[in-house]
This record gives sequence, C-alpha cells and structure tokens, in this order.
Amino acid sequence: MVMNMPVVGKIARIAGPVVVAKGMRGSQMFELVNVGDLNLIGEIIRLQEDLATIQVYEETSGLRPGENVVGTGRLLSVELGPGILTQIYDGIQRPLEVIKSSSGAFIARGLTAPALPREKKWNFKPKVKVGGKVVGGDILGEVSETALITHKVMVPPGVEGEVDYIAAEGEYNIEEVIARIRDPTGALHEVQMMQRWPVRKPRPYKTKLDPVQPLLTGQRIIDTFFPIVKGGTAAIPGGFGTGKTVTQHQLAQWADAKVIVYIGCGERGNEMTEMLERFPELRDPKSGRPLMERTIMIANTSNMPVAAREASVYTGVTIAEYFRDMGYDVALMADSTSRWAEALREISGRLEEMPGEEGYPPYLGARLAEFYERAGRVVTLGSEERIGSVSIIGAVSPPGGDFSEPVVQSTLRIVKVFWALDTALAYRRHFPAINWLTSYSLYLETLEDWFKKNVAPDWSELRREAMALLQKESELLEIVRLVGPDALPEADRATLEVTRMIREDYLMQHAYHPVDSYCSTEKMYLMLKTILYFNQKVKEAIAKGIPLVEILRLPVREDIARMKLVPYEKIREAAEEIKRKLDEQLESLLKGREVAVPAR
Amino acid sequence: MSASMSALKARKYRTISEISGPLLIVKSVNDAAYNELVKVETGSGEIRTGVVLESAEGYSVVQVFEGTSGLDVDTTGVTFLGETLKVPVSRDMLGRIFDGKGQPIDGGPAILPEEELDVYGAPINPSAREYPREFIQTGISVIDGMNTLSRGQKLPIFTEAGLPHNLLAAQIARQATIPGKEEEFAIVFAAIGITAEEAMFFKNEFTRTGAIERLVTFLNLAENPAIERVVTPHVALTTAEFLAYENDMHVLVIMTDMLNYGEALREISAARAEVPGRRGYPGYLYTSLAQIYERCGRIHSNKGSITFIPVVTMPGGDITHPVVDLSGYITEGQLILTRELHRKGIYPPLNPLPSLSRLMKEATRYTRKDHMQLSDMMYYCYSEAQDLRSLVAVVGEEALTERDRAYLSFGEAFERRFINQGIYENRDLDTTLEIAWNLLIEYIPESEWKRLDPDVIKGYCPKYRGKKP
Repeated sequence: MVMNMPVVGKIARIAGPVVVAKGMRGSQMFELVNVGDLNLIGEIIRLQEDLATIQVYEETSGLRPGENVVGTGRLLSVELGPGILTQIYDGIQRPLEVIKSSSGAFIARGLTAPALPREKKWNFKPKVKVGGKVVGGDILGEVSETALITHKVMVPPGVEGEVDYIAAEGEYNIEEVIARIRDPTGALHEVQMMQRWPVRKPRPYKTKLDPVQPLLTGQRIIDTFFPIVKGGTAAIPGGFGTGKTVTQHQLAQWADAKVIVYIGCGERGNEMTEMLERFPELRDPKSGRPLMERTIMIANTSNMPVAAREASVYTGVTIAEYFRDMGYDVALMADSTSRWAEALREISGRLEEMPGEEGYPPYLGARLAEFYERAGRVVTLGSEERIGSVSIIGAVSPPGGDFSEPVVQSTLRIVKVFWALDTALAYRRHFPAINWLTSYSLYLETLEDWFKKNVAPDWSELRREAMALLQKESELLEIVRLVGPDALPEADRATLEVTRMIREDYLMQHAYHPVDSYCSTEKMYLMLKTILYFNQKVKEAIAKGIPLVEILRLPVREDIARMKLVPYEKIREAAEEIKRKLDEQLESLLKGREVAVPAR
Repeated sequence: MSASMSALKARKYRTISEISGPLLIVKSVNDAAYNELVKVETGSGEIRTGVVLESAEGYSVVQVFEGTSGLDVDTTGVTFLGETLKVPVSRDMLGRIFDGKGQPIDGGPAILPEEELDVYGAPINPSAREYPREFIQTGISVIDGMNTLSRGQKLPIFTEAGLPHNLLAAQIARQATIPGKEEEFAIVFAAIGITAEEAMFFKNEFTRTGAIERLVTFLNLAENPAIERVVTPHVALTTAEFLAYENDMHVLVIMTDMLNYGEALREISAARAEVPGRRGYPGYLYTSLAQIYERCGRIHSNKGSITFIPVVTMPGGDITHPVVDLSGYITEGQLILTRELHRKGIYPPLNPLPSLSRLMKEATRYTRKDHMQLSDMMYYCYSEAQDLRSLVAVVGEEALTERDRAYLSFGEAFERRFINQGIYENRDLDTTLEIAWNLLIEYIPESEWKRLDPDVIKGYCPKYRGKKP
C-alpha cells in the first residue's frame, strides 16, 4: 500500500448507515475513512467518478452534508499479534474492555482504541539465527501468550530473504522490531510482533488438504451421527428457542480445537455476557487452565451498528486464519450468519441495488460461499511442513423456522454438515434439539477409518444399527398414529421402547450438567453398545415368550438411563456392571417363566 | 449529543416539493443533519414534529409523526431545529401521563428536566452487562414454576386478539416482587396503538394497587398518529434508562402492542419505496426491534435494572409473523397465550410447552434445588399428555396403556390446578412447587420421574417429608 496524501472529500448524502461523499477521487475500494466532525469509522464500498459510497460502522445521527470525509489509505484490517487471546472485540476489532474504560457502560461514538495492548512486554524467544534463510510463514520466534497457547511470531506473507538481525531472548512490546530481513534485492524489511492483515482478503497458504480427523465436540448426537472434521464446515439452522446459541456455546467450550474464535453477530448482549462470565471459570480438561485462554470473542450485538455486523465475520475469520498459519486447529463459531445476511440486505437496500429473493442481494450465495471457503485444512506457508485448520460452524436463524428461506438454502449448498434444530423437539425439552432424521454429515465415510482405529472396530456398525432403529421408529410411529400402539406386534413395541431409550438416554444431553455436558468418544461407545446390547437381549427374550411389560419393569433400565451421569473414569466399570445385571435379571425372568410353563 | 450540531441554529424553509404518505421532501436544504428534529407548521398555524430520514445536498426527506393530512406544498413551513429528538427526563415524571413523544397530557405542569437525553440512546457495551440472575416472583405458577422472570430480562407475551394478555400483564406488574427485598421500583407503561379503553384498564389497575405514584405512562392510542409509534418505545425506554441507570431504580417496562410499532415502520418503509423483506416489512425490522429490546438489562456497578415485558399480538395466531418471529429471536424467551386454554376457561391461558424463559437455568440456581428439575419434569409430563391427546382423538382412550392413561389425567389436572389460578391470586414459589409435587405424586408413578435426581426427590418431595397438604 503506497501512502499518498490522504483524500479529503465532503459528505453529499446520508441515509442510515450509508453515506455518499464527493471529491473522493484517489481513494480505493474498501479503504477505511473517517466520516464527519465526529470521526466516525467507515469503509468505502462503491466508487463512481469522484463519489464514494461509504458504510459507516457507527450510528450516523447528526451527520450533515458538507462535513469532511478523510481517507486513511488503509484497508479495513485487523491487528494480529500477542495480546489477542482472551479479548472481546466489536465487529471492527475495537477492544470492548478498553472502550468501556473510556466511555462507560454505553458505547459512545467516534472512539478508537488499538486492538492490541501496545505497552505490554512479552517474553520473545528467537527461533532463527542471523544469516539464516527465511520465507513468508517461517517462525522467527515464540511468545508464551497464555498457558494454553504459544504464539508463534511469523515472517509476514510475501517477505523472504536472509535474517540480518534477530532480537535476543527478552522482553519486547509488539511494536519493537524483533527481526530484520534482507530480501534478494538487498532491501531490509523490519518485522514486529504485530502484523496487520486486510479482513476481506484470505490469508495465503501452500495447499489445501483433505480432512481426515474429526473435530470432536463431546456432544453425543454430533460425534456419533453427524460428525464434523477439522477444517470442515457445518450449519445449525433453527427457529427461535431451539438452542442454536446453547449448541454453539457447547462447541466453543468442548471442541478439541486449539484456538476458538466466537463471533456473536447481531445476537443478544446477554449471551456474550454469559460467555464472558462463564469461560474464565470453565477449565480446559487437559491443562486445567481457564478456557478463556484459548478464546477470542467478537461481539457485535443486535443493537450495535449494522455495518460493523457485516464486517464482524471477516474480522473473526482472519484472526482464525492467523492462528491456523501457526499450525493450530482453529474452530470458528458464527452466531448468527442470518443476521450477517440481513446486514448485507440492509446495506444493499440503501445502495438501491436490484434485490434477489426476499430482498436479499443477488450476491448473497456468493458471499456466503466465500466466507465458508476460508475454512479448510491446509499446509501453511513457511519452509517447514506445518498443517493447520480452520473449521467454521455457522448458526442460521430462519424466519418462522422456515428452512426454505434464502439464507438456509444458500448455506446448505456450501456446508458439508447440517444440524437441523427442530422446534417440536425443543418444545419437549429434548436438547440438543438436533433432528436425527433430517440432519446429515457428508464426512461420515471419511471418518469411518479414524473411528475404527481410535475408538472401536465396531463403531460404524453400532452407529448404523442405532440409526436404523431410529428410522424404524419413525415408520412405526406413523402406524401408531393411525391405529394405536395396541395393534403393533410385541417385537415392534419393544423397538419403540429401545428407541425411546436411544432418544432419552443417549441423544439427550444436558449442557449444564457437570458430567453430562461433555462426553468422550469412549463413553459414547460404551453407552451405545449397552443400549444396543439391551435391544438384542430384549428381542431374544421376547422370542422366548417373555411379555414386554415384564422386561420393562427390570430395574437395570434405570441404570442405563443414568449412565450419562457416570463420570468418565468409572464408565467402563459401570458398563460391565450393567451388562452383568441385565444378564442376571433377564435370566431370572426366564427361569420364572420355565417354572411357570409346566404348571400350565 | 453531536458536537457538529450544537453549532447549528434553526433554519426555516417553505420549499416542500413532494408529500407522500408520512413523508415530506424539502428542496434547497443543504445542511439538514441525519435524524435532525423538524418543526412543521401548516398554513393554518398547526404545529407538527418530524425527523430527517435522509439528508443530501439540495434536499431532505422528513418523516412527520402526526401524519401529513392537511399539509400542502405551498404554505407549509418546515423548520430544522438543529438538534436530534430528545426526551426531557426527571424523577418528577413518576405519576404523570405523556403522549407518545413525551409531552405531558394529564393537564399537569410541564416537566422541569433534570436532563435531556437522546431518544435512541447508545448501545450497551456487551462487556459492561451483568447477566440477569435475580428471580422475580410474579405469583403466577406457570411463570414462576416453569418460565421464570429475572431482573433485567426481556420476556414478551405472545398473544392473540381476544385473549386476556392485558389482565396478565397487569397482574405481573401488580405482583412482581423479589422475595425478601424492598427496593425502589418504578413501572414505565407505554401504550402503542391500543384503544383508550385498554389504556383505562391499565390506569385503573395501577391506581387500585397504589402503584400509580411509581408509574410513568406514555399513551399513543389507536386514535393518535400512527407514525408517532416508531418513537414511543424509545421515549419510554429513554425514561426507563434514566430511572434505572441514573437513579438506581428497578424499572419494569410494559409495552403493548409491538405489532403496531412494526406496522408503523412498514408504513414509512412503503412510503420510501424501499425493497421489502418478509410480508412487506422492511429488511431492518430486526435491527429496529433489537434497538428497542436490547435497551433492557443490567449493568455492572449499577444498582438499577430494566425488566421488559412487551405484548405482541400474533395475527390469526401466526407465530411466524415477522414482528412476532423476530421478537422471539431477540428476547430472552416468550410467554405464549393460546385460545385452546382460554376456551377451556383456564386463566392465564399460558401454554408452557412453546413458552420459554432462557434465563431460567440461571435464575433457579438461586431459588430451590428442585425448581429446575421439577420444571423439566412438568414439561415432560405435559408434553406426553399433549401427544396422547392427539392420539386419543384418533384411536380412542381404550387403546391406551395404563402408563398413557396416567399421563392423560395428569394433563387435565395440571391445567386445572397448576396453570389455572385467580386474577388476584398471588402464589409464592413454595406454593407453586408444592402443587407441582402433589400432581406428580397423584398421577405419575415414581419410576417415571426420570428428570428428578434421587437426592432431590428425597429432599423435597412432600411424600418423603412426611406431610402432604
């Protein structure tokens, strides 16, 4: 970016968040500008002769034609470097904690604050020597940013050459030069711990790879039936009250990613507050450190300016890519992409563009695809072979819970995993309210080998058997609805009882229960195996003439129901105990039967 | 509020070029500020107010709150006042009645403002919010037991024409307390496009309970200008913010009916020939509603709070109607009134199954240990009963198992004894939970109590306490 004299224009028109300025010749698309006497932050989204159309990231009340618009020569960018973790930002990376200390509980206008703390000193450990050859993406040194994350200071993309200077181990702030690199032309590039990257431009990588590993979430219905991979994409659509946000929070908590980026995009303020209060208390199961230490939050709530909502998803995904480039697995949650799409629609409407379906701009699908395409498992830049991934999980809030609307449909054309939240399940307080008949994951085949190797050889068979039972249940329920449960044969009624167990004892999972909130794959396997073993035994018993009602009275059913509350360390023991009890109790039923038969 | 605007004086124009719906287009204006307040004077001397919706070099689009009927292009004068719409606020507003723009209409003296606040306020910084967790006892079983209200929560009532939502809103306002606490409270009531009779009902209710001295009323009745309705909620909430965040009061805001707000917004949008979103409503309906609802809450290091109960009519019972649907996406739950229960003579006809309080799990951490589990159990039993009712309609009751019949009778008793209560009946939480336990004991075998932990059963079930009222 070559900096010329800043362009200074004048406001010609104001309509909501959109401002048109004249005299803007010389400015570039997506350049940041300062608008009006209050210095509101805006971004150029259309250029026409000397007119620039600007979306303003702050409330525009009080702006008048004739006020100045000053170009900055910079594109809308994020600051990347140590100090970024544990932060909560608005949609254009203004740190909300800092804003709070300067303007109080309400966000005043025209405030700017650096995204990363400038004064703070970080302990930098060099990893290269003077004279060494480096290319973009190579690691110059490390900073232990939090106990969970080692922040790798990388050569910015596009810079390569010989290390002319590297700082010795010690305390530096993010603006001090920690390395100088002499490129082949002899020019020296100074490298600081902080770098900037324009949010609308994906960060480069070497190659994209096929996904092979699951992104485990600890949620039974997801990991068992509709798993997502590291580097994959998923959508959670659902009407209000179906638990999109709770599911997203659960994933942010338990997903086995190294870094979490959570974007609260046009949603409730209190939901961000909940995360801000809970995450510092929640502990990483492996290290015992607060989960906040691996988390970055972007909060542009529904009452905050709509243009910044549009920018928030790009801000988030750029930060995610930055950590991916360090070789980490990053999971990004966007709640909700519908609000982002609505922001697009609002801006598009103000630009008087030709609308597509339901008033959304015709490029809605393309923008969504561009966003989700920034997910993936990649070989990063740099001379060493480093692999990192970004997984994107987007919530969708369809109006009236209608999945045929444009945002859901455009999203489904792109994502590989679809978790359909179901209002009827939510009404029954069946949570997570993911419908097992309409959801899908296109990664099932890909992951089959991984589960076989890492969980159990018969994992896939169990999963298929359970899903077949659930399918069967929906058919049987159709019949029951027509003719009543009495008309079903004993074996089918047994199936209905078993599927009720799968639904209530397996699929239902309590997000706020200390044990049940997270379920390891091993525990999932044992639970599912136990229920299916019960199924097999019941079928056998019925074939031997034992009435279903008697089987249903067996006390062991209670133990199966409470299996989800058994802590991970005791689950193997508990599963064996249940199996033993089941065999025993069925045995005694059978014995009683044999005694009774001759007496007839 | 804006540094740039304080420098501006009032400028008068007589250059209206077009009048369309509620909008005026004024030519030859070069310096109107976006959202600037405007005084409109008709040829006959009548004064109206408006705001600038769009400002450009050479023209400005003005929205007139009182409507444009009677305005003309030749004699009507438009004065740009050099300030945005502000509400004068003061503690003296308690006990007074105002119109939809905040002008006193009760014949009393003008308010001596302590402050003049911008009507749209500023967004609360998410990191300054405090999570609402203080349980408010409304004395209504189906709310307290299964869909709790917390201090700082926004919990709308979704209703249909002809249902007793006003009775319910008034009962909540009358009975809402935090057990064991006496604090300074206020009620802000905003009528948006409702009838004078309905407004009178609320006034009488509040008078009867003596809450009238703690009440600020804003009335935009059905007969008042429709366009004014787009600011009435903001005027009311600006007052609420002043009382809560600057005077440490706990403010309960009741607003009825948000549907009329949505319709006013749609009218303006149509007049501006904007591209519509769903069903003719503007694409920014969500943002506009959020800018109202999100003004409620709690703030760190501040004693006051704003709790918000908007009433939203579902036209024809359609919960997917845009105003209702988007409200549901923003608020922290919803209380849904249904005609089925109303026809059965149940008051409040509040169906707990589609209703929800998103803050309940947090609120119940500080009430009783059995509260949340008992609520889950009631949900489970009542939804089983509902499913069975539709089954019975097809196959008859004979086809049911013993278990199914137990749930069916539970459903009936639950409606009669738990949901149903008197308009002036104020049940404390213990009474509500006692009713729930007794229903379980009477109808549902203990082996089915799957949502209850054994220690909760042992600790709280009246059966094990050895006394059964």
